[in-house]
Amino acid sequence: MNQFFTLDVLTVTVASGIALATPFLLAALGETIGQRSGVINLGVDGIMLLAAFATYYIALQTGNLLLAILAGAGTGTIMGIITALVSVTLKAEQGISGIGIYLFGLGFSALLFQKLVGTPLPIATLPPVGIPLLDEIPVVGGMFFKQSMLVYLAFLLVPVVAFVLNRTTYGLKIKAVGENPAAADSLGVSVARIRWSTVILGCTFAGLAGASLLLYGGIFQVNLTQSEGFIAVALVYFGAWRPVGVMGGSLLYGLVGVVILTWKSLGIIPLSASDLAATAPAVITVLALLFIARRFRQPAALGRPYEREG
Amino acid sequence: MLSWFAVPSALFIALLLGAVMMLVLGANPVTGYVALVTGAFGGSYALSSTAIQAVPLLLVGVGICIAFRANVFNIGGEGQIAMGGLAGAATALALPDLPSPVLIPLVLLAGAGGGAIWGAIPGVFKAKYNVNEILSTIMLNLVAVQVMNYLLAGPMVDQSPDSVGGLIPETKLLPPNSLLPILVKGTQLHLGVPIAVIVAICVYVLLWRTSFGFQIRSVGLSRSASAYAGMPVKRTITAAMTLSGAMCGLAGAILVFGSISHRMVTDGSLTGFTGSAGFNGIVVALFGGLNPLWTIVSAFFFGGLIVGGSSLQVATGVPSDLVTALSGIVVVLVVSLEYLRRRARAQSIALAGPRAASPPRLAHHDPPLTVKGGGGQ
Repeated sequence: MNQFFTLDVLTVTVASGIALATPFLLAALGETIGQRSGVINLGVDGIMLLAAFATYYIALQTGNLLLAILAGAGTGTIMGIITALVSVTLKAEQGISGIGIYLFGLGFSALLFQKLVGTPLPIATLPPVGIPLLDEIPVVGGMFFKQSMLVYLAFLLVPVVAFVLNRTTYGLKIKAVGENPAAADSLGVSVARIRWSTVILGCTFAGLAGASLLLYGGIFQVNLTQSEGFIAVALVYFGAWRPVGVMGGSLLYGLVGVVILTWKSLGIIPLSASDLAATAPAVITVLALLFIARRFRQPAALGRPYEREG
Repeated sequence: MLSWFAVPSALFIALLLGAVMMLVLGANPVTGYVALVTGAFGGSYALSSTAIQAVPLLLVGVGICIAFRANVFNIGGEGQIAMGGLAGAATALALPDLPSPVLIPLVLLAGAGGGAIWGAIPGVFKAKYNVNEILSTIMLNLVAVQVMNYLLAGPMVDQSPDSVGGLIPETKLLPPNSLLPILVKGTQLHLGVPIAVIVAICVYVLLWRTSFGFQIRSVGLSRSASAYAGMPVKRTITAAMTLSGAMCGLAGAILVFGSISHRMVTDGSLTGFTGSAGFNGIVVALFGGLNPLWTIVSAFFFGGLIVGGSSLQVATGVPSDLVTALSGIVVVLVVSLEYLRRRARAQSIALAGPRAASPPRLAHHDPPLTVKGGGGQ
C-alpha cells in the first residue's frame, strides 16, 4: 500500500484516470443532449466502435492524427443520421433499435478490421500537450495540465453543454421537446427537427469518444470498447441528466479503473480479486440508480416517439 | 403483433445489404450465401450444429418474449446467461457423485435459478423503485462478467494436478454424470435441444393459456388499465423479469453442460462465453414476432446464420462478423418498418371508416410507476 501513496504514483494515477474518463465523458455528454430532448440512444457502444476503427484506419493510412479524429467524429455524424432517421422519423422503439445499431457496429467494425487491416499495428498515440505555466505547478500540473487535446476538449465541453442547455433558446427548446413535446409543438417548435439535431450532435460526440479511446491506446481490436458505450448511457442517469453530474460519474469510472490497474501491477491486491474490485463502479452505479430514481425525474417524454394527436 | 410485412422485408433488405458489403469487399455474394446455406443446413452434421447453436438463442428469445410482453426490456441476457452457467457449474462440482437422472435436472435448475436471481434484481428495482430496467440490466451485465472472471480465476479454478496450476481461468472437468447426453451418434446433438423446444412450448402455453400469462400481457399493454382491473402490476413485472432471467440462466447451464470442452471457460469477456446470445436472443424474439412458437423457427434460422457464417468466411474470406452486422440491420429494420406498416394501416382505416380496429403497438408507454415517497414525480 505504501508504494501507492507516493507522489509520483498518485500523480500518474490521477492523470491517467482523467485520460481514461475522457471517452466516457464525451459519449455521456452526447447522450445527455439526446436524452434531454427525449431520445434514448442505446447504440453508443456500436457507434464508438465504428468511429474508433475509422480513426485507426485513417491514422494508419495517412499518419495524420487530426484527420483521423475528424474521421471518427464524421463516422459518429453518419451514424447519428441513421439513428435519427430510425428513432425520430420512423418512431422505432428506442430500447430495441439501439441494440440493433450496437450489433451492427460491433459486427461491422470487426468485419472491416479483419478484412482491411488483419494484423494489428500500433499507431502513434495523441501526444500530451502541456498548458504553459499551469503545467509547471508541482503535482497539480502533472495531474491535470499535461493531457492530450481531446481530454481538454472533453472537459471544456462540460460547461459548454451546460450553458447551451440552461442559457440558450436552443437549450430551452431541447428541454421543452423532452418534457412535453405536444406543448412545444403547439408553440411552433419542430419536435422532429430539434431531436434530429440533438441525436446527430450526440452521436458525433460518441464518434469523438471512440476516437479518444482509440488514440489513448493506439491500437484497434475487436470489441475495443468492452461496453464503455453502455456505461456512458448509464452515466447519464448517474449524473441525473446534468453535464456536471455526468462528468463526476465519468471521473469515478476512469479513476477506479486506473486505481485497480495500479494496485494489480503493484501487487497490492491479488490478481483474481482485482476482477471483484472491478465490479465496484457498476455496483455503485446500480445503487446510485436507486437513489436517482427517487430523487430526480427523467425527461418526461424520454424514449417516447412523438406523434401529433388527431 | 409484428406483421408479416416487417419481418420478411427486413430479412430481404438485410441480405441485400450483406450482398453489397460482400461485393464491396471483393467477394462473390452468390458463393457466399451458397456456402452459408450449405454450412448451416446441408447434411446432418451441419443441421445438428445449427440446432446446438440455436438452443441459447431460443431460450434467451423466449425469455425476451416474456419480458417484452410485459413491456419490460431485458437487455441483461448476457449476464444472466453467465450467472446461470456459474450456478450450474458450481452445483455439478459440489455434487459430482449424484447419478445422471438426478444431477442433470439439478444442474439445469440451478442454472435457471442463477439467471432468475440476476433477472429478479432489475425486476424488483423496476417494480419497487422505478429504476430503468434497461440501465440496471446493462450494469448487472458488467457486474456479472467480473464475477465470472473472479470465480473462474479464483475459487472455481482448475487446481487438479494435471492442470497448469490454476493459470487458465477455467473450472476443472465437469463430472461426466452432469454432461448432457448426445442424442444422435456422430453429431453434437445433445439433450439441450429437445429441452429448449419443450420449454418454448411451455412458455407459449403459459403466456396464452393461463391467467398468469394473461396478466403479463395485460400489464404489458397497459399498466394503468391492469391496475384498475385489480391486477398486481408490480408483482407481475418482477415475475416477468425473473422468469426471463431464468430462461437465460437455463441457456447458460446448457452452454456449460453441452460444451465440447466439458468445463466452463472464460476469455475475460461475456461474449466469449455467451457468443452474444444475450443480445442475439433479442433479435431472435423480435424476428419470431414475440411469440415463443415462432421463436423456435427463428432461433433455428439465426443459429444457421451463425454456423453458416464460418462457412461463408472459408469460402469468400469475408469474416463471419458479417452475420453480427446483418442481425443488427435486421433489428433496426424490423422496428423501423413496423412504423411504416402501422401508418399504412392507419391510412387504410381512415379510408375504410371507423369499423376497422387500430392495431396494437409493439409497446405502449405508460406513465412511470408511482414511487412511494418519491419526490418530484
